[in-house]
Amino acid sequence: MTNSMAEIAKTGVAFVIGSNTTWSHPVFGSMLKRAVREKGVKLIVCDPRRIDLVEFADIWLQQRNGSDVALLSGLQHIILKEGWEAADYIRERTEGFEDYRKSMEEFTPARVEELTGIPQDKLYAAAKLFAQSGRGAIYYCMGITQHSHGVDNVKACANLSLITGNLGVEGGGVNPLRGQSNVQGACDMGCLPNVLTGYQPITSPEAQAKFAKRWGSQPTALKVGLTATAMVPAAGDKIKALYIMGENPLVSDPNVNHAEKCLAKLDLLIVQDIFLTETAKIADVVLPAAAFAEKIGTITNTERRVQLSNKAFEPPAGAREDSEIIAGIAERLGAEGFPRTVADLWQEIVELTPQYAGMTYERLRLCGLQWPCPTPDHPGTPILHKEKFSRGKALLAPLTYRAPAEEPCEEYPIRLSTGRMLQHYHTGSMTRRAKVLDSLVPTGQIELSPADATRLGVRSGNRVRVITRRGSIVTFANVVERVAEGSAFAPFHFHESAANRLTNDALDPVCAIPEYKVCAARIERAEQ
Amino acid sequence: MLSLTINDRSIEAAEGETILAAARRAGVEIPTLCAVKGLAPTGACRICVVEVEGFAGLVPSCSYPVAAGMKVHTHSARALDARKTIVELLLADHPDDCLYCAKNKDCELQDLAESLGIRKRRYRSSSQPVRLDVSSPGIVRDPQKCVLCGRCVAVCNQVVVNDVLDFGARGAKARIICDADRPMGLSTCVLCGACVEACPVGALVFKEQLNCMPDGRVQTTRVTCPYCGVGCQIDMHHKDGKYIYSTATAEAAELQPNQGMLCVKGRFGLDFLNHDGRLKSPLVRKNGQLEPVSWDEALDYTAGKLAAVKAAHGPDAIGFLSSAKATNEENYAMMRLARGVIGTNNIDHCARL
Ligand code: SF4
Ligand code: SF4
Repeated sequence: MTNSMAEIAKTGVAFVIGSNTTWSHPVFGSMLKRAVREKGVKLIVCDPRRIDLVEFADIWLQQRNGSDVALLSGLQHIILKEGWEAADYIRERTEGFEDYRKSMEEFTPARVEELTGIPQDKLYAAAKLFAQSGRGAIYYCMGITQHSHGVDNVKACANLSLITGNLGVEGGGVNPLRGQSNVQGACDMGCLPNVLTGYQPITSPEAQAKFAKRWGSQPTALKVGLTATAMVPAAGDKIKALYIMGENPLVSDPNVNHAEKCLAKLDLLIVQDIFLTETAKIADVVLPAAAFAEKIGTITNTERRVQLSNKAFEPPAGAREDSEIIAGIAERLGAEGFPRTVADLWQEIVELTPQYAGMTYERLRLCGLQWPCPTPDHPGTPILHKEKFSRGKALLAPLTYRAPAEEPCEEYPIRLSTGRMLQHYHTGSMTRRAKVLDSLVPTGQIELSPADATRLGVRSGNRVRVITRRGSIVTFANVVERVAEGSAFAPFHFHESAANRLTNDALDPVCAIPEYKVCAARIERAEQ
Repeated sequence: MLSLTINDRSIEAAEGETILAAARRAGVEIPTLCAVKGLAPTGACRICVVEVEGFAGLVPSCSYPVAAGMKVHTHSARALDARKTIVELLLADHPDDCLYCAKNKDCELQDLAESLGIRKRRYRSSSQPVRLDVSSPGIVRDPQKCVLCGRCVAVCNQVVVNDVLDFGARGAKARIICDADRPMGLSTCVLCGACVEACPVGALVFKEQLNCMPDGRVQTTRVTCPYCGVGCQIDMHHKDGKYIYSTATAEAAELQPNQGMLCVKGRFGLDFLNHDGRLKSPLVRKNGQLEPVSWDEALDYTAGKLAAVKAAHGPDAIGFLSSAKATNEENYAMMRLARGVIGTNNIDHCARL
């Protein structure tokens, strides 16, 4: 997030797209609802489903799955046409305006209606509300990123924020809500194929030299490695060994049927986890790890706040902390001076990562610090890009519309989307072993509209078969008003009816994110 | 600013500030049962009444604004007497099972009774006992213990904004209901647990608390929720190495990302820590089966195989998937292993998944 969650109370209008906030980030969802009710913050919600937040919205735009670039650009078309843009801000802080403006011309309300299904007057009202309600904050989640044009979606959000002068101001910003507790930190720590810690490019010889010197090792090749979504399909081919820590790709990856076949071809699969997950079951080596609360360490939340998480008690006898396991392997591979303790690792992190340089455990203890925090007396940075952008001026990127990789057709008429539920989390390896959560939602399900359910002759609780070009599952129907006719939504937490056997592994060409949010499916009544 | 006296001490206060707020700032404790920090006063409990010179009746300090020259007595005999009567009336139909209550020794009603010197029952109500509501998988409601302070209603509607709890009726028949008077487990309750944390007594408790009476062995440790990216701070209550229940971190709550709130996952999703299925030994596949081995054997095997793959196919034949669930330190260690020891940039995690 460029800004902080608490700023929601100071914003004029919140624009939520591709985030079922009250389910996926419930506490922030509460903050949002409270800001609307108590402070009169205006709310625009864009979602194909009538999510709970719609009850609190001034305007709900129900776009077709995968048509977000058209929706966002349509808003910008109207803002530019009406002269509601922040002209001074655009002049002083952005570049590329002319090319960008031209690219927005084609997104007339009529065309946008055709692509998204959103009535023109609603689109106009939303554009006006966002442009004319003071500070505007954009919040998005995987509904924006998990598309074969996810990068375009993100750019479209950034453009909207820029032309209304909302980036770098309190109560504004472009705010991706990060899904996992430490997905921000894993990125910050350079667990990405293209960067070292703090986003220092792997292709920079200076950055490589700095790390190699600290580590007493040879620099790696000056070329970007494989992404997760490339490693799994390359398994058995270019990739012979895979070391997986705390992830469960056999439930979380797109097109699981294919992923399963690939992982089976590896010479060596190492899985380090706290349970025998679906992926661990097919591993060659399983290393039992300590869970959170059984170790100390830092976690970086969605607003870049680095927080200390403490050790409450010992891990089960026989399990070890991840850091200790990794050090044990490094030493056996002949690495000298590989840090053994969490404190030693932290010391290296702050030395090598400018954004973390001013942090100490002591300073993090009360309420963490938001990076960048470059010096020991720096108070942290709740709002990014206040004076300038990291590249100087922000680039307004021209955009065109691209349809999702797979559209409904006669054989697969339903637009299927996947995501999270309130009560479960990711591959369910933790939440499905939590008693209360398991009792609330013990089985997988697929949300269907009443109209489609009637046509299929199914009611809530009936078993249905869901089929796509990649696979099929049998699960329970959940007939709900919030889903639009012709659409369906399947949570992906349930390995026995894994929604990711259905999803499309088409990737965004730039960032290699899979298109979890839309594919074409057929639904049938199954034997009961 | 204006000045007034509280218990004969001169105090500065802001225009519009309540007597209660001014007193608290000056370090004078006035007990309340209904006030919720950050929300407008409801005046429901009337425990906070104080005496103001020149006023005929007692004044509820939580809602009454200060005025210049006002002379307030927070602990005068009249104020104490009124408070005592209110508490005695609350106790009139309160069960006598403190010893078996999950809130024993952590109960604001108990504290009040003690500080007001209540030692015996003067009133006994004739109302019928009300049944427990155990329909929710995580929360137990005991309406018999409810003091109708309304804190749970306030937080449910104004803080977490889930709009489930309300007063079912006012006056003598008053009670707290879920939705249109449904059992909690069948209501729209999302189990955020905010009401339980707000309740001053044992009328709302977490089920897990009932299985574990508060004793000296229960410890509290502050952890970060392992689920979504909000990064809620949790005070984890545990005993003998086992997780029991969670409350939102109380220390500097307003500075924490969750501002005193949790969702159902942070609240009820952490007992996987105690699960029997936790892995307790390294496993290595032998003859097609995963078999328990010692740590030394597992690590030797792993390192040996990694070295062999690297020797045969080069470092880029090895891939590393780190974890968005692990700490920064662990992710850094994995990154260093991949780049600094194996020598490949094939490292990623599930950010996209
Ligand atoms: S249930 Fe607890 S918080 Fe709610 S009104 Fe009763 S005593 Fe107050
Ligand atoms: S308690 Fe809920 S909202 Fe808070 S971090 Fe955990 S999952 Fe996210």
